[in-house]
Amino acid sequence: MRAHPAQFELVAPQSLPKVLSLLADEPGSWCPIAGGTDLMVQYSAGNLRTRKLVSIWNLPELRRMDVFEDEVRIGAGCTFTDLRNHATIGSEFKLISLAAQWTGGIANQNRGTIGGNIVNASPAADSLPALLVYEAELILISARGERRVPYSGFHVSYRKTQLAPDELILAICLKREYSGYYAHARKVGARNAQAISKVCLAALGKQRKGVVEEIRLAMGSVAPVPLRLVATEQAITGKTMNEGLMQVARRMAAAEVQPIDDIRSTARYRAAVAGNLVVEFLEQLSASEPSS
Amino acid sequence: MGNARIVGTSVPRFEGRAKVTGEALYVDDMVLPGMLYGATVRSRIPRGKILKIAFSSELDWSEFVIVSPEDIPGKNCIALLEDDQPCLADGAVNHPEEPILLLAHPNRYMLPKAISAVSVQYEPQPGVFTIEESERKTEIIWGTDNIFKSYLIEKGEVDEFWEQADFIVEGEYSTGAQEQLYIENNGMIATFDRQQGLTVWGSLQCPFYVHKALMKLCNLPAERVRVVQMETGGAFGGKEDYPSMIAGHAALLAMKSGKPVKIIYDRVEDMVATTKRHPSRTRHRTAVSKDGRILGGEIEFTIDGGAYKTLSPVVLSRGAIHAGGPYFWPHVRIRAKAVATSAPPQGAFRGFGAPQSLFALERHMDRIARVVGLSPVEIRKLNFLKPGQTTTTGQVVREEIDLEKLLDRGLELSDYYAKKQKFQDGNAENNYKRGMGIATVLHGAGFTGSGERYLASVVAVEVCADGGVRVLVSSTEFGQGTKTVLCQIVAEVLGVRYEDVGIAQADTHEVPNSGPTVASRTVMVVGKLVQSAAIGIKQTLVASGMLVDSYSPGEFRAACRAYVAEHGALRSVARYEQPEDIVWDEEKYRGSAYAAFAWAVYIAEVAVDPTTYNVSVEDFVALQEVGKVLHPVLATGQIVGGVAQAIGFALYEKVVWEKGRMQNGQMTNYIIPTSADLPSIRVYFEELGNEHGAYGAKGIGELPMDGPAPAIINAVEDALGVSFDSIPLLPEEIYDVMHEKLKRDELRSVSGAE
Amino acid sequence: MSRNSEESTKCRVSFVVNESPVTVLVHPMERLLDVLRHELGLTGTKEGCGEGECGSCSVLMDGQLVNSCLVPVLQAEGSAIITIEGLAVDGRLCALQKAFLECGGAQCGICTPGMLLAAQHLLSKKPHPSLDEIREGLSGNLCRCTGYMQIFDAVAQAASGEFPT
Repeated sequence: MRAHPAQFELVAPQSLPKVLSLLADEPGSWCPIAGGTDLMVQYSAGNLRTRKLVSIWNLPELRRMDVFEDEVRIGAGCTFTDLRNHATIGSEFKLISLAAQWTGGIANQNRGTIGGNIVNASPAADSLPALLVYEAELILISARGERRVPYSGFHVSYRKTQLAPDELILAICLKREYSGYYAHARKVGARNAQAISKVCLAALGKQRKGVVEEIRLAMGSVAPVPLRLVATEQAITGKTMNEGLMQVARRMAAAEVQPIDDIRSTARYRAAVAGNLVVEFLEQLSASEPSS
Repeated sequence: MGNARIVGTSVPRFEGRAKVTGEALYVDDMVLPGMLYGATVRSRIPRGKILKIAFSSELDWSEFVIVSPEDIPGKNCIALLEDDQPCLADGAVNHPEEPILLLAHPNRYMLPKAISAVSVQYEPQPGVFTIEESERKTEIIWGTDNIFKSYLIEKGEVDEFWEQADFIVEGEYSTGAQEQLYIENNGMIATFDRQQGLTVWGSLQCPFYVHKALMKLCNLPAERVRVVQMETGGAFGGKEDYPSMIAGHAALLAMKSGKPVKIIYDRVEDMVATTKRHPSRTRHRTAVSKDGRILGGEIEFTIDGGAYKTLSPVVLSRGAIHAGGPYFWPHVRIRAKAVATSAPPQGAFRGFGAPQSLFALERHMDRIARVVGLSPVEIRKLNFLKPGQTTTTGQVVREEIDLEKLLDRGLELSDYYAKKQKFQDGNAENNYKRGMGIATVLHGAGFTGSGERYLASVVAVEVCADGGVRVLVSSTEFGQGTKTVLCQIVAEVLGVRYEDVGIAQADTHEVPNSGPTVASRTVMVVGKLVQSAAIGIKQTLVASGMLVDSYSPGEFRAACRAYVAEHGALRSVARYEQPEDIVWDEEKYRGSAYAAFAWAVYIAEVAVDPTTYNVSVEDFVALQEVGKVLHPVLATGQIVGGVAQAIGFALYEKVVWEKGRMQNGQMTNYIIPTSADLPSIRVYFEELGNEHGAYGAKGIGELPMDGPAPAIINAVEDALGVSFDSIPLLPEEIYDVMHEKLKRDELRSVSGAE
Repeated sequence: MSRNSEESTKCRVSFVVNESPVTVLVHPMERLLDVLRHELGLTGTKEGCGEGECGSCSVLMDGQLVNSCLVPVLQAEGSAIITIEGLAVDGRLCALQKAFLECGGAQCGICTPGMLLAAQHLLSKKPHPSLDEIREGLSGNLCRCTGYMQIFDAVAQAASGEFPT
């Protein structure tokens, strides 16, 4: 433990308006901390630069799930366990359910929040590709009010987001229009549990008579931000799923990703596996129920 | 005595209750009044001269205790085989993370900042970072030639047989460093007072090693140094020699400050600064007849010892002696050396050189099989040692071990043939590629050659005033069951209840030196001494007339109480004597290297995922002949735990080095298998007995580290048809090799070549 | 930082540990792990890694398994915490503890407190877990000694009701 607790302030105002007011009064001074599964690791390592933290753990306004007729609103303070336990997430947003199971171990799932995962903005985060393919929208809130932004633009560059210094994520909104899609996700790590991903894929697709009607592919750990493979999607859409298309998909995906060599893996491995994951998805898609 | 009532049964773990209630006391659980916390300023460069040390003015250094080499009362070294390793670097550093200065403060939170506030100016010198660089000798970093130790083992006519060879098979194999990753980090508490002297409590395997090192460092006589082992949260060899260093540091701070000092490492420090398994490189060149018999060979075995000698000669010795495995070599030359590099010194880790040389050998056997056109099973059966034959050092195999039969049993238990056939048939179509792999190994228990004689271990068993009995040994418990098994042995000998036997805490003031807790010697060697000492107690009681031939446990207790009341203390001591048939020539490195070998067959089933190149072990059979199983649950636990570590050695645990410093020193980035990664590991035993071991037991703690890694890599070759000769084998490496192979195959088919 | 100013930035945090209410005067960013071990003397909870990977520091917080090395003590305000010291009732071992002893689930013992709490947590959610569910439930607790088999045996045995408390 390499931090000196006496040098840190942590306050827990117990209501969202009070938190927002604090953030507004001193924008950029207070770092929100939810479950702490990322920030406390940095803190313990002596790497947390911020000295003032405001707890948003367990705020009822943030830790809630609302199911509307056309939309599900996931409070940013929901933990991964909350997501795993929620029936609608399990039945309609399988990719988020899967990602929640893969994020750390049970103890970290009980504390890690989806909002924290997004704001921490590690490109290796497991749930972010799922949010990309579900074309999520974020409700951001501050003392100035709320705004709704598409998640697709939220990550500006490596670990930088559109979040203003006085803002929090209030909720993640998902349209309830994915029941007809074939959903698939896969995480590739150094081991079967408790692994930071080397590559991960979240994918949605619709096929009819062996032709790709629609396809969405998003990956983590292959770029500075979670990446939607737009070019690969375009190359595959409307095409027949045969051996030739698999090769095209593999090549395009491997070329579209921008992985690096790092302590966990190599760029060439990540690129190759990215291509393999897309092909694996297409093979499953071609064997799946056609869209009606 | 009749049939064993306690030995051979799974009695409750001696200290188990304390462990499941959280009452067991590990060193960081202990707090002493007025205690300070200590920490270490360490080198940031691999090698160089220390020019200047500066203390930032932003801290009030008067609050700190600071220890530098000038404060060392005795010799600035951590005494082990040699005195070359400084306790604190004095003027020069030879590896990253080398200790330079010590700091202590009453508030442990002050220390990390204080360490950053000390700046050291260096004049860097070139470092040496691989075995090959060390061998080139362009930079001499240790001694005159960078070589800590070398051995030459020769048997037969070592140059004569090459011409008879139908095949000459060559191969080079390497293994990486492996971090022991005991879940409890290294820690020590030291106190010093002028009357009592120095006392240290800590997480350790060998109290008398620490004792000896502290005497020299602190210039204190034996009776004024006391070392006490606390409950130790895993060790695996990683706490064989390193504790002497951290104890030395705590002691120096305690002596300077006059206060108790606790030093506990965090995970990063423990991983980057302490010992690991020696990386190795083995080169085989083997002459083989066309029917698959080994005619002879040359084996070159080299290990990377890091910056100081520490235990490297002993690791080298064991690795060299095991390099020929369980096979008959009519002629062999084994050249072994341990070289210096600019990294923290490597050290003991379960297996201690044997996993390294046996990895190479067992991979090489499969290579030989392929060249000759035989199966991995056939090549081994043809070459297995038989009773009456001699090992590579000329030791005669005296027991009726039938390795062919052991292998057959393993093949049956693992359903080897059926699975291998099924996989061969299915692999072309199936997504996952599956394979089966075998390794057959041996492991010598106890210290090599004359080692046990030099240790001259002593144990005692004594009667307590309440009629109970107590074992006194310096052998330590760190999960493997030392306390349980030694108490079982005494209870069995004396015919009392297991609950009537206790064991003293390993405290150098209280217990005799029964040697270090290493080399799989505790049950076999120390246990046998404890058995003798217990017999001595019984003999004395019978001779004194207080005990008749047949008695109940209650009568035994009464007899003990009566004896003590009349004669005073009753303590029976047993001293190790080298059996006459264990004769070893230390000069020529020939003779009987070990009092007993345990033998094992390991069979792995793997599946390789073609999408991710991940290898998973789907099933694992561990079959071993161990003399006698004294405690089924503990013995099984040792095998399963060892196999799990060996699976990590083979497939997961990579130390990423950058100029001598481990870069992935966190549990997030140094990958050991979780519960979700291991298959069911199926364990089976055979028992041939062992006249040199307690109740016929052989040492088994390290055996399971020797075979699984090559069995797994052999299985991967079976699955993919590609040979991998280096571990850990990560998916990235498999991808690179398969990708290259694919390109070569494509080129060949394009060019029309065959 | 002077000792006085250090003291003045402390605050009172109240919670319940093993069914006993406690109030501690601490810095809000002290780790729950350190408060349990040093302020409350409950040294059964261990530190293995300080980064939420090994699970040795696991405790139950409001019935949920958490890594106490990653919980700032202020966030434990008002919660109910169970540590290893709270598993045995009046010195009587619970079924899991007995099963660990019977099956060899504890070797060196350092992972055992966290492992027992993880197992307790699992059984509270899934009283009759399959082997795969046991594997997953314990996958956040690293053990270096046992290779996990005997831990799984112990959890399965405790679940089967073989050790009534």
